[in-house]
Amino acid sequence: MIQIDNVVKRFPGGQEALRGLSFSVEQGEMVFVTGHSGAGKSTLLRLIALIERPTSGQVIVDGKNTRRVTRGRIPAYRRQIGMVFQDHKLLYDRSVFDNVSLPLVIAGISHRDAARKVRAALDQVGLLTKEKRNPETLSLGEQQRVGIARAIVSRPKLVIADEPTGNLDPDLSLEVMRIFRRFNEVGVTLLIASHDIALIDQLGCRRIALENGRAQIEEEDDVIYSEPFELQQERDPWL
Amino acid sequence: MALKAHSEALTPARRSSPVKTWALLHVDNCIGSLGRLVRQPFASLLTILVIAVTLALPAAMHLVIKNATLLSRSWDNALDFSVYLKTDVSLDEAKRLTDIIEQRADVEIVTLISAEAALEQFKAESGFGAALDHLSTNPLPHTLVVRPSGANTQQSVMLLNEELANLPEADFVQVDTEWVQRFLAILDMLKRAIAIGAMLLGAAIIVIIGNTIRLDIQNRREEIEVTKLIGASNAFVRRPFLYSGLWYGLGGGLLALALVGYGLYALREPAARLAGLYGSSFAVLALDWRESLAILGTGIGLGLAGSWLAAARHMRRIEPR
Repeated sequence: MIQIDNVVKRFPGGQEALRGLSFSVEQGEMVFVTGHSGAGKSTLLRLIALIERPTSGQVIVDGKNTRRVTRGRIPAYRRQIGMVFQDHKLLYDRSVFDNVSLPLVIAGISHRDAARKVRAALDQVGLLTKEKRNPETLSLGEQQRVGIARAIVSRPKLVIADEPTGNLDPDLSLEVMRIFRRFNEVGVTLLIASHDIALIDQLGCRRIALENGRAQIEEEDDVIYSEPFELQQERDPWL
Repeated sequence: MALKAHSEALTPARRSSPVKTWALLHVDNCIGSLGRLVRQPFASLLTILVIAVTLALPAAMHLVIKNATLLSRSWDNALDFSVYLKTDVSLDEAKRLTDIIEQRADVEIVTLISAEAALEQFKAESGFGAALDHLSTNPLPHTLVVRPSGANTQQSVMLLNEELANLPEADFVQVDTEWVQRFLAILDMLKRAIAIGAMLLGAAIIVIIGNTIRLDIQNRREEIEVTKLIGASNAFVRRPFLYSGLWYGLGGGLLALALVGYGLYALREPAARLAGLYGSSFAVLALDWRESLAILGTGIGLGLAGSWLAAARHMRRIEPR
């Protein structure tokens, strides 16, 4: 699903955020990118979201080399990816429903279908009863769940998340990860940047550690899900 | 409830037909933009008022020209020649001359004003009636008032003038059209000045709306960034701003029509009174429906142009960070 091949990202001024980074993520995987602040996690996600272009190397997403995505095709490219942000990036002059429906409106989905999809997505994140609320009136955890609902409402094959639990307490962080995990279980590929090693260890997912713009280690699943993640008993989020 | 939502989620999302989607998006953006303007009534009204005044100025000047042109058309007699005959020409000779000139193809009508009739008229209108009674002889000549036919060109009128002046019975010919020509030339110059002024004011409207939209774009920068981040194209993001420009232009156009209408209403009675004093039935002309539509169309067009320029210029600069 994602192939990062010898990617270098150098910013004006000479600062190198990524220095020959290479790794790949298979379809249906849930992978964490870890590293201290400034390690290049966010830059990597920005390259995948085509907010930035690599200085050299290749970023291939779902078979598409991002170098070949022209400026005019970027919106269509981004519509294939769900994105979750640490600061939620919600629109606070609209309701929860309107925030979540935005990707569907952009994609030209009919009002009726969009309403169904939005309610289904809100149900998945436990916010169905709050669709008319303004996001500002919700807790940080709830706002992040609105952000997740917006990311998955158009059922993308890939979701990338940049520090999605950065502003949340441990309980809410677990709740958010639980939601991600449910979507991963039905085949959604997730690439999540996080510095919360303890939380990641509880999930037992592959981890790519970045240090000074390079992948240092790759860890395979070696942790059994702990108590909050009884995923086998969870329902399929799309069913 | 949850089960229902889940089963609904299974249904693949349907894309509406492209035309329907396009139409629905436009309706949404159109209403949404109007709602945004209504939520900021003072700022919106101020912008609309500035646009209205800017549109109303050339519209009012156009009306002035239109009415002046109409007024000049009623001065048919201003095209007449006054042929003053020599004082020794008798009334019979004058009548014969009238018949001869009237037979010309380039002449519509000839009116003979006898010396006696001219003196009576002068006595009645000059206010010197008592003084004129003391005159032993009538100093005024017989006069032929010649109206050229409508088919005449300026050159043929000049030729007619020359031929009448060369008549042995004619003392001199007074051409009354010169001041009308000057008046029409002034009107023509004013028309051009108004056209230039209207273009400059149109440019001003584009700048006003462009600046308003630019500020709106800056205020909604974060929203634009987020929308682009989740896949909105420039066209999608630009659309609401174009509708804002349209509403500003339409609002400005409507208010301009109201301002011009009120101005006419206020002028109608004094103008009628003035015309009455000159014995005229002249009534001030208002804008017809074509002109009104042109003002609305101009407002909308300039609104769209201003918002398009601002959106195209500033939208490209706003990219997700």
